[in-house]
Amino acid sequence: MSTASYTYAVARPFNPTQAAGLVGVDGAAIHLVRHQDLVAVVSPLASADADETALRARLETLAELEVIARAHHRVVAAVAACTPTLPFRLATVHRTDDRVAQLLRREYRRFRETLDRLAGRVEVGVKIYVQHAGASAGAMSVAEKTDGYGSARAGRDYLRNRREQRDRRQHAWRRATTAAEQMDAVLAGLAVDHRQHRTQSAELSAAPGENVFNAAYLVDAGRAEELAARAQRLAAENPHVTLEITGPWPPYSFADSEERT
Amino acid sequence: MIESDHMMEWHGRQGASPNLADILERVLDKGLIIAGDIKINLLDIELLTIKLRLLVASVDKAKAMGINWWEHDPALSQPRPRQLAAENTRLRKQIRALQTATVEARR
Repeated sequence: MSTASYTYAVARPFNPTQAAGLVGVDGAAIHLVRHQDLVAVVSPLASADADETALRARLETLAELEVIARAHHRVVAAVAACTPTLPFRLATVHRTDDRVAQLLRREYRRFRETLDRLAGRVEVGVKIYVQHAGASAGAMSVAEKTDGYGSARAGRDYLRNRREQRDRRQHAWRRATTAAEQMDAVLAGLAVDHRQHRTQSAELSAAPGENVFNAAYLVDAGRAEELAARAQRLAAENPHVTLEITGPWPPYSFADSEERT
Repeated sequence: MIESDHMMEWHGRQGASPNLADILERVLDKGLIIAGDIKINLLDIELLTIKLRLLVASVDKAKAMGINWWEHDPALSQPRPRQLAAENTRLRKQIRALQTATVEARR
């Protein structure tokens, strides 16, 4: 039975006992493909999934996607905890380990350079949220007030209330965005590199409020706490925003040498 | 060569593994792109993330809040130029008709 080779990351060689028992996508055990002083972190992918259509179909289902994404991340994070690691994009699949070795040979210099840049560094995620309190409460009070008023009056009140609500939201949004920009300027100064991500939708992240700012900072591993503490202090000065810090992450956002988006 | 034991600690300290949005953001949108033999081609992955985002983000709500990233997303804005061109033609016709009407009304 033929299998394919799912690659999670390229890394500096490390003691394989540190990855003992580590499993990846579909619970398959991890092994290393080596070329000089680089290793690719690989697990076999069952032949049933070893074609475009089958794998794509799996990725199109959110539940399946979540399982595969978490498996991918688990492996990348475990390897990054013990050696400099360059994370690959989800679903990087080669036909055989030999093809992975070819990749290492072909891209050797580029991988080495990127690993040098990322070595000993971690990514810290910083998100800022704005709360929009009172939106539904305002609508309620109008509904209560309509008793005893003429309908034209009630309509005017309703429209005015809606307008005020919208203005309040826009004001809160602008204030939070300004706070985020100021924080970003400070944090970027502490970091080796930084990237701004798209804001996240509340439905997927189940986060408190509306996400207005989402960024990643690359820092020396020893300075991650410092950056987090600084972000917390800055956020504490501004009662209108909520801060969320995630990580430390393997340096996913800095695997490409240049900003893509 | 163990760089940092604390790599995994933060998420643990927060009492949970990272949330799905944070993971997807990184493994789908970040990480080095390698053209493998089995090509889940990058555009497909990109489309998938866009689909996901559209699925989960209420478009109206996002617009109301001034979020309009999809309008700058090449994958999503590709069909737009044609729509815009059609809209432009339609509006130009209307303007011309209005101009003519105004000129005639003045006479």
